[in-house]
Amino acid sequence: MAQKKFVVGCFDDEAVLFPAVKQVRAAGYKIKDVYTPFAVHGLDHALGMRETSLHTAGFIYGITGTTTAISAISWIFTKDWPLNIGGKPHFALPAWIPIIFELTVLFAAVGMVLTFCYLCQLAPGVKKHRFHNRATDDLFVMVIECTDKTNTDDLKALLSAKGALETDVQVAEEGWWFGTYDNDNEDLYNNKQLA
Amino acid sequence: MHLKYESQLREPLVYGNKTYAQVTEDIVRPIEAKPSRLWYIGFFIAVTLLMFGAYSVYREVTYGIGQWNLNKTIGWGWDITNFVWWVGIGHAGTLISAVLLLFRQGWRTGVNRAAEAMTIFAVMCAGQFPIFHMGRVWMAFFVMPYPNSRGPLWVNFNSPLLWDVFAISTYFTVSLLFWYSGLIPDFATVRDRAFTKLRKKLYGIASFGWTGSTKHWQRHESLSLVLAGLSTPLVLSVHTIVSFDFATSVIPGWHTTIFPPYFVAGAIFSGFAMVQSLLIIVRKVFGLEDYITIGHIDLMNKVIVLTGSIVGIAYLTELFMGWYSQNKYEGYTFWYSRAYLFSPYGWSYWGMMACNVLSPQIFWSRKMRRNVFVTFFMSIIVNIGMWFERFVIIVTSLYRDYLPSSWSVYYSPTIWEIGFYVGTFGLFFTCFFLFAKYFPVIAVAEIKYVLKRSGESFKPGMEKIETQELESFVHDQAHAH
Repeated sequence: MAQKKFVVGCFDDEAVLFPAVKQVRAAGYKIKDVYTPFAVHGLDHALGMRETSLHTAGFIYGITGTTTAISAISWIFTKDWPLNIGGKPHFALPAWIPIIFELTVLFAAVGMVLTFCYLCQLAPGVKKHRFHNRATDDLFVMVIECTDKTNTDDLKALLSAKGALETDVQVAEEGWWFGTYDNDNEDLYNNKQLA
Repeated sequence: MHLKYESQLREPLVYGNKTYAQVTEDIVRPIEAKPSRLWYIGFFIAVTLLMFGAYSVYREVTYGIGQWNLNKTIGWGWDITNFVWWVGIGHAGTLISAVLLLFRQGWRTGVNRAAEAMTIFAVMCAGQFPIFHMGRVWMAFFVMPYPNSRGPLWVNFNSPLLWDVFAISTYFTVSLLFWYSGLIPDFATVRDRAFTKLRKKLYGIASFGWTGSTKHWQRHESLSLVLAGLSTPLVLSVHTIVSFDFATSVIPGWHTTIFPPYFVAGAIFSGFAMVQSLLIIVRKVFGLEDYITIGHIDLMNKVIVLTGSIVGIAYLTELFMGWYSQNKYEGYTFWYSRAYLFSPYGWSYWGMMACNVLSPQIFWSRKMRRNVFVTFFMSIIVNIGMWFERFVIIVTSLYRDYLPSSWSVYYSPTIWEIGFYVGTFGLFFTCFFLFAKYFPVIAVAEIKYVLKRSGESFKPGMEKIETQELESFVHDQAHAH
């Protein structure tokens, strides 16, 4: 996979991060991503991301479950093996509502989780480059991809001026690959750069 | 400020002077430390109980259902009682994580992770009972509708017992997915601060390569919200369908339309009691009193007194209907088999009344709600009461049916029936001990999310508010947005 160069700025307060995001974008840089330890509401809008349509996928999976249940049960009980249960109608829709409902929920939930994992490229054994190990702890890590024209020193100075505690230039692979994290030789626990 | 505003008068959800790093430290430290001696003792006891349960089940599978004291009249005894009891307990987790998420109750963040774990383990325990009650357990896969060589003879989609198969397996799957999707970011937190190779590797695998990207968080939020939306009707449907197992039959005492809401309220009631029992121990053992606060215990006790009273109303309504319907079978079941103290099972009815209806009324007092010892004691009482409830419903309706010639002698369980129940406690606590040791017992990322609006150090203390002039208080409140 292609190696790319990134400028990284770490913030420790979302109140500082938001104006910084705004100003870095206003200065014409393209922010690749901001890695945060928790869901910071409004950050997706500040970065100009569009809304996710995951919930639409969930709806489609749900109605797939509904139709699967209705068609399967009606075929089984009216065509394949019409079971005589006390002379009651073979097409007993009210009695099937519980199963129809459960299958709707099951399809929607399983489908959405799989779609979520696919979209975010999450799976057991997947490894991705981490720009800062404290991005899952207490730092908000802004990553800007460098182009040929990017002056990294200028960008680092801008980030520092906007409140970044630490700035850095990293060469990293994008995307994901199979691997585990045990071969990283960073002794992070004893070496918190920004205590 | 982009964060949601929360009234300054509200009790903080996180006590102490916390930073994001401190939150991580407090919650992840127990995973990194060696387990205490108490943990080993507890784990050993749990595994021992599990082994006893496994042996009881082995006897039941080898020699048949005759190992239990069920008879032709009382065909459902301890096993179905225990099944309904465990399923009921399994309702609080998803209620806390889903319903309270939809209602935007910030306090769920402190307790949802452990409550969801409890749900999953309780449903696992519940599932054992109907499966082994089948007798020929190796044919349990017959409940699945698939094209087969027996006709194909399909399952009966009109039967509440089959609805149960679908409801409980769906509930288990969805709860597991909901729980695990919340765990992924927290596993990444553990991974990124791990200092041993093995831990880095295992949590690296468990965290699915999570990085904390904004886009991923955006999708994660959408996923959580929709899963919550799906789980809310699901959690109500599961115990509704369990109640249909009874309500769609023609047995006096079961054939009532009140069952679904009454069972759901009872399930939430017992589930919250079990959450209280477990969390009171967890917060003490792992020193998490700053995150699972007295405020949380207070709020859960409010749910307990509410649902306990709903259950109480249901009991009284049933008694009233037993008389008002003028159906002699109903009247006999409710007014003799249950409510008459000196009938063979009268003791269980009044045990249920005392534990479920009378004793939770103590929680109308704020002082009692905020007392950890009283809460712990009451949580045990409530779960005993809820076990009695299921026993009363099943056994007192069955032991004397329409035909006096088939009336049963007194039913008491055999040691293997009891052993099976005890074994599920072993299973439950084995799982829970492993969870408490190797998983973040509190949702780290969610606590960080509420920290700056609900953390004690980010709110002025009550003392400040109480001594403040009204005018300046109003001024502060108006500008806090």
